[in-house]
Amino acid sequence: MIEFRGVTKQFPDGTVAVEGVDIVIPPHKTTVLVGSSGSGKTTLLRMINRMVDPTAGQVLIDGTDVATVEPVALRRGIGYVMQNSGLLPHRKVVDNVATVPLLRGTSKREARAHALELLDTVGLDRSLAEKYPAQLSGGQQQRVGVARGLAVDPNILLMDEPFGAVDPIVRAELQQELLRLQEELGKTVVFVTHDIDEAFLLGDQVVIMQQGGRISQAASPVEILANPADDFVADFVGARRGKRALHVTEVDGQRLVVDADGRPAGVLAS
Amino acid sequence: MNLVLDAIAWILDPTNWEGVGGIPQRLWEHLWISAVILLIAAAIALPVGVLVGHTGRGREAAVTVSGALRALPTLGVLSLFALWLGIGLRAPIPALVILAIPPLLAGAYAGIESIDRRIVDAARAMGMNERQIVGKVEVPLGLPIIVGGIRSATLQIIATATLAAYVADFGLGRFIFSGLKTRDYAEMLGGSILVIVLALVVDGAFALTQRLVVPAGVRATRFTELRSRPARPRAAVG
Repeated sequence: MIEFRGVTKQFPDGTVAVEGVDIVIPPHKTTVLVGSSGSGKTTLLRMINRMVDPTAGQVLIDGTDVATVEPVALRRGIGYVMQNSGLLPHRKVVDNVATVPLLRGTSKREARAHALELLDTVGLDRSLAEKYPAQLSGGQQQRVGVARGLAVDPNILLMDEPFGAVDPIVRAELQQELLRLQEELGKTVVFVTHDIDEAFLLGDQVVIMQQGGRISQAASPVEILANPADDFVADFVGARRGKRALHVTEVDGQRLVVDADGRPAGVLAS
Repeated sequence: MNLVLDAIAWILDPTNWEGVGGIPQRLWEHLWISAVILLIAAAIALPVGVLVGHTGRGREAAVTVSGALRALPTLGVLSLFALWLGIGLRAPIPALVILAIPPLLAGAYAGIESIDRRIVDAARAMGMNERQIVGKVEVPLGLPIIVGGIRSATLQIIATATLAAYVADFGLGRFIFSGLKTRDYAEMLGGSILVIVLALVVDGAFALTQRLVVPAGVRATRFTELRSRPARPRAAVG
């Protein structure tokens, strides 16, 4: 369990990235932080592994204040997946995946063998192990990034817009892959995105953030759509417009579901 | 033209290739002192440059100091050191070290700075400590530019090490100074040609090294981009 208690982050230049955040991130579930740029969602994520330290408040993992844990040791126990994969370009795929176990003192043979298994886990062919990141497609690189995040079998997996830089088809594939993996592994996943569709698809809990780093609502997708906390949330999730403001209309005896613009979304199954 | 032919004849004259003060001895001395100067300057400038590049701090100071050092006339500094430290190698070594520091420093911090910050950020987020980030990520990736700095420093040292002969009986500069004194222009020009050839040979070796230190994965980028860009859209590979 990860808990934010009264967490505020003000950068030295005076910008307040996050203000007075209280939130509980339940274990073995996926929590998605969603908001537009400047809403502090990435800052919030990076406080969990101390890439950012709060200026006020506490971040606790299973009751321990992370401020009392040495950052390097803390980070080695938490998986981290970032946009553009962040792979080391001068290392082969297998060595990239094995990086953190090697830092933690696992033998080279063992680390590489485990890295190959992880390639299976994320659905990559083992023949890619000896390639360099630049020889892979964007989607493949992102899978390697996920494998690397899982390499030390962490309880917590932090994902910072991991699918932001791949095209929509590959993104949909990766999203399904993550759902499958999560079903299998049951990690505490904290996922940052600006895409509300992605948030609703992946999140057990969705945290909607607004400018200035405040939380507007933290709830399940169903709860958010049924009871948006305020106008901002309703607007943000598009409950009153576009493809989420659906209504039923009858055409030739068939009941069709159409969106706010009258475009058909599907047929109402009865 | 005659003078050049005379100079070449001087270089080819077997009597100049033997005994004390012959070409092999001078060449060896020249290389030796250049290497010593390079090592001392690198020991000072590379750690500082890497630190500046890694922390992003002290960059302005580094630029200012390099600029100031670059502006110093080497012959003046050499004379000053010679007056202070006396005749011999003690004066030219520090004078040439000062000359070599700016390109080494610039190469080191530019090399580190050139690395995509997201890669460094990812390395840190994975749990590398600062020393590991420098040693396993920044230096390997910045190496081509760092070696570029070493290359240009070496070129300057070899060219300018001729001045060592101004205050010491040492190096290829001996031929230039003694040729000047005895008005033996063939010897003078011959000595200069030897310096130029030495500089070019060493520079060629560095050019090769600079290619070899490009990490394989980074070379792979260039290769695949060249080959696969037009043929197949990367995104569709998934």
